[in-house]
Amino acid sequence: MFPMAVFNDFRREMDRVLGAFSPGNGRPFREGLYPPVNVWEDGEAFYLEAEIPGVDMKDIDLEVVGNELTIKGRREPVAGSEGERPTFHRRERGVGEFSRVVMLPTDVNPDKVEATLRDGVLTITLPKAERVKARKITVKTN
Amino acid sequence: MTTTAIRQPGSKETQPATARRHWTFVPVVDIVERADEWLVYADLPGATVDNIDINFERGVLTLHAGVQSRQDENKTNFVLREYGVGDFHRSFEIGEGVDADRIHAEFNRGVLTLHLPKSEFAKSRKIQIRTK
Repeated sequence: MFPMAVFNDFRREMDRVLGAFSPGNGRPFREGLYPPVNVWEDGEAFYLEAEIPGVDMKDIDLEVVGNELTIKGRREPVAGSEGERPTFHRRERGVGEFSRVVMLPTDVNPDKVEATLRDGVLTITLPKAERVKARKITVKTN
Repeated sequence: MTTTAIRQPGSKETQPATARRHWTFVPVVDIVERADEWLVYADLPGATVDNIDINFERGVLTLHAGVQSRQDENKTNFVLREYGVGDFHRSFEIGEGVDADRIHAEFNRGVLTLHLPKSEFAKSRKIQIRTK
């Protein structure tokens, strides 16, 4: 109960920036859509970044087959204290299990994939498979 | 994370680097009430303790986290771009009932946990009824 309207927030202007990926209302993450990712590349590798705040590295499972990366994980719901059932006044953060498949433009070397998780940001380095790496061809002139 | 702002893959910034936009997003929150405190959980991925500002002034609680772009916009060859990176900002109007002097926070794994202890009169009390 909130007799004094304790939390009136000022988000009305900004709500528009919340987009289609919002899991929202403490519901389970939507299958296949979470987390959103950014992917970039250079000659050596693809780099994938995803924001997954509140998730432990031990709860993340990565699998690479060919050019397909699967990210699986889970986020625990907000815990109640000893035996107490918390009352939610806002519940916007998604909880539970998520799974996302990302198709990369080319195959990667699954043995050399590395991942770090820092302040809720997951970064994965996926070296390209040898045979698809761009090669610099030296042209000899006579 | 729900701070979604999509740009078409491969679209290039045409502005000069100095005019590059800096985005601000509204973080998603859970607000939980317990017997002796309210808790605000805010997702602030990419923020660090040093760049989070929490301000409470004239009944308004403001969260702000300054987050810089993690990749160089002009030099990064993006193949997929589903979210933007930028600051987080959100304000809440707080009525009476919070003991402002005892507000405190933790930041772990990209999640800010803000404790707003209830002032004495906001706590519910169990009333003992005596019989004669």
